[in-house]
Amino acid sequence: MSKIHVSTVINDDPVEYLCEPQQSLLDVLRDELNLTGSKEGCGSGDCGACTVIVDGRIVCSCLMLGAEAEGRKITTVEGIATGDKLHPVQQKFLEHAALQCGFCTPGFIVAAKALLDENPNPSEEEARYWLAGNLCRCTGYDKIVRAVLDAAEVMRAEAAE
Amino acid sequence: MPHVVISGDISRRFTGGEREFDVEATTFRRLILELDRRFPGLGRQIEEGMAVAIDGEIFQDAYAAPIGEKSEVYLIPRIGGG
Amino acid sequence: MTFIGKDLKVVGTRPIRPDGVDKVTGRANFGADMTVPGMIWGKIKRSPHAHARILRIDAEKALRLPGVKAVVTAADFPNIAAEEAFAGEAIMDFRDLSRNCMARDKALYDGHAVAAVAASTPAIAEAALELIDVEYEVLPFVIDVEKAMAADAPLLHGELFTQGIEPKPTAPSNIAKRINFTKGDIEKGFREADVVIERRYTTRPVHQGYIEPHACVATVAADGQCSIWSSSQGHFMVRQYCAHLLGIDIANIRAAAAEIGGGFGGKTLIYVEPVALALAKKSGHSVKIVMTREEVFRGTGPAAGSVIEVKLGAKKDGRLTAAEVTLKYQAGAFPGSPVGPGCMCALAMYDVPNANVTGYDVVCNRPKVAAYRAPGAPNASWGVESCLDELALALGLDPLSLREKNAAKDGVKAVHGPTWQNIGYAETLAAAKAHPHWRAPLGAGQGRGIASGFWFNIGGESTASVHVNEDGTVVVATGSPDIGGSRVSMAMMVAEVLGVAVERVRPIVADTSSIGYTFLTGGSRVTFATGMAATEAASRVVDELKKRAAVIWEISPEAVEWRDGMAYPAGQNAGAFEPLPLAEIAFRSARTGGPISAEAAINAQGPGAGFGTHICDVEVDKETGAVKILRYTAIQDVGRAIHPAYVEGQLQGGVTQGVGWALNEEYIYDKDGRLENPGFLDYRIPVASDLPMIDAVLVEVPNPRHPFGVRGVGEVPIIPPTAAVANAIYRAAGVRLRDLPMSPPKVLAAIDEEKG
Repeated sequence: MSKIHVSTVINDDPVEYLCEPQQSLLDVLRDELNLTGSKEGCGSGDCGACTVIVDGRIVCSCLMLGAEAEGRKITTVEGIATGDKLHPVQQKFLEHAALQCGFCTPGFIVAAKALLDENPNPSEEEARYWLAGNLCRCTGYDKIVRAVLDAAEVMRAEAAE
Repeated sequence: MPHVVISGDISRRFTGGEREFDVEATTFRRLILELDRRFPGLGRQIEEGMAVAIDGEIFQDAYAAPIGEKSEVYLIPRIGGG
Repeated sequence: MTFIGKDLKVVGTRPIRPDGVDKVTGRANFGADMTVPGMIWGKIKRSPHAHARILRIDAEKALRLPGVKAVVTAADFPNIAAEEAFAGEAIMDFRDLSRNCMARDKALYDGHAVAAVAASTPAIAEAALELIDVEYEVLPFVIDVEKAMAADAPLLHGELFTQGIEPKPTAPSNIAKRINFTKGDIEKGFREADVVIERRYTTRPVHQGYIEPHACVATVAADGQCSIWSSSQGHFMVRQYCAHLLGIDIANIRAAAAEIGGGFGGKTLIYVEPVALALAKKSGHSVKIVMTREEVFRGTGPAAGSVIEVKLGAKKDGRLTAAEVTLKYQAGAFPGSPVGPGCMCALAMYDVPNANVTGYDVVCNRPKVAAYRAPGAPNASWGVESCLDELALALGLDPLSLREKNAAKDGVKAVHGPTWQNIGYAETLAAAKAHPHWRAPLGAGQGRGIASGFWFNIGGESTASVHVNEDGTVVVATGSPDIGGSRVSMAMMVAEVLGVAVERVRPIVADTSSIGYTFLTGGSRVTFATGMAATEAASRVVDELKKRAAVIWEISPEAVEWRDGMAYPAGQNAGAFEPLPLAEIAFRSARTGGPISAEAAINAQGPGAGFGTHICDVEVDKETGAVKILRYTAIQDVGRAIHPAYVEGQLQGGVTQGVGWALNEEYIYDKDGRLENPGFLDYRIPVASDLPMIDAVLVEVPNPRHPFGVRGVGEVPIIPPTAAVANAIYRAAGVRLRDLPMSPPKVLAAIDEEKG
């Protein structure tokens, strides 16, 4: 079977690649484009470790075909920081020790950024439900939720300036 | 003389059911050698399968662990963890 | 050398971990993130049968598929003899380990590896698996622990005779071992009791549930030198086991620690590494194997399922007079469940004058169990801590007071023998009693439960080296994979000893050829044992720095003091010279004797027992049976928290795993012995919306054996939650759940039965 040519935008860069028809976006990111920040924890959309933002919406990249990225705008964990400046969510994850092994972290960072883009002032409950599609087995979520709420506060203060 | 206690299972396998002994030893290494001399095979069992509690403190793989004249010594299953 | 009781500048603070930025930006390299030139992909074919004889494996069709480079089966591995060793986390047999990695003669569970293929792409490897033809003779199987113990049960191993009973049995059995601990006179103890409670509690196997599937890349050069990159709890363990299973000299394997995406004990064994090595050797290519989530569930872990029978006797005032506990643990396909530690932990927290604890290690047609956080203890404590609650209710006593009355203290003789010393169980109970949570009001339909947990913790072998760089910055290298932030703790302890800022100390995890042997990351040992080695190495560096300052000043090294990162002239020379900062001494190191570095290689002893007490509030939905955790407080004696945030994280994470064990998680088998829920959709681990914040309360009773007073902390927090939740459910809904998980259908059934 011949490969499919795809033109897309990933982390603000125009990207072209060839992929197999059955290849997931996650496999394309990891195996073809060497963007290994998105992780595979389940391959079935249950763990959220592969979360990316596609045209403003969070998606499990393991559930989307590489071919479906044609013409879309994709943000992966590698595109969350601006140059060497971390996004507030990333900074707060570090300050709150909101990661232990760090494997689920990229998915949480992407999902949390998308949450705060949509809702700058989430309640604890809203944050917990938004992040319920991301599994973490190490932290018990406590410090993750605190980090996200703290990042929201910082971003609101920055926006008010 | 230090007082040594082993579990029932180990006693059934190696000592004919005897569970408590007074053993002349000032280190764990000497204790193993002394018990193995009395009950052949027990030494290897202790080395590979057991931890030792000397006066309540647990040692694993520690020949040099000191044993006092009045020490209470328990041989217990080895401990790992997650 | 001790820092206990001293004023500390770094230890006890919360600096940002040095590996953190890589982890929040996606740059950290985990097991599956490695690519090497010329690499091909390995996949494993697994048995669809719970128990079957392998009659024939025909790989011819697979090998003809373009892109396929090699197929291996058990015939490609040495058929090693039975050899028991305490190599990793439990006594195990390398013959069993080999057969668990690749089935020989028989497949013993659904998901057991029977063959593997390597091909140029993952898709070709996947297609080739289908072309490997395996002929099986399907055999009767047994899943349930008590059915496996029955005299007429299908036997997994014809050569397995129960250890620990006399006379030695003449017939093989699925019971690998019986162990027993006794204290006092159990019959007398029950005769003295005013109240006796006898109950039976059960659990299902649960998976460690690390989010990162097992992954590795292996290379075998033509001269026999091998390299392995893998995600494990111990790259020295990987090296040792692979060498043993494949007959390779240890010096010919260089194993590197990938960042590890969780383990919880489940990565203290090997699964894919020897298979990748065998495929690499046969194909001449580097081979990468990454498990799918389904493979993780079907082929690795889990923790033992179990039956726990508990009988407790007490006086009217609550004083325990006797306790009898029987533990039946599933080992999975090969012997080696954690029933030994289970037996020791069952009653360890209590001062019981008369006791009898018996454990059975039972094989059955499930994956071989692997360590899972405090292996063996959560099962035993689920039973004992629930039964204690039932006893408290029968006596009309407060469950916290009942625990206080019977709590083990220094000088108390444990049921498994030793006399306790330097333990902090009573302190955790006192902290629970004093915590506002214990007295907070509850609403209708809500209930509060309490339960405690104990784990030994371990020490063991660790190597650490500390190097002073030319500019006075410092590197600390250890052999301990960092699974939860241990690198920052290493840097903090070294910074404290040297008197420098933690940012001046960079910690790394060195590969097996770059640092001395280090036992794996498990048993809550790293901050204790490897931290002890790092502290020792840093202290030797301080000695060296003092010598170098003495050379510069032309005085005796004994006349030099080290404080706050500087050498000071002391004694009669006090004030004679300007203090010399570390950077200054480092800059001149060539002139004073060469590079400044030190290594410490130790076998750490005296890890310090760990005790914890948890308080849990729940609300039970009487219409659906759903249990909501409203509030949770975990109190633990941690000795000394080096980085309190990561210590709290251990408590919060352990609690959450325990809550999953309590409410949702279980293996479900179909009538043919196949696992029905090998994915995170049907094997439901707790998610963010299932939980409230978890209050982690750190009690610090220093461990005198550690220079900073550290005790292991990672294991204890998973022990109390199951009983704490059950005890809370009883008070919320008036129903006693004795079978885990306490999923909504079971809770609802219990409520309906209670209504009559």
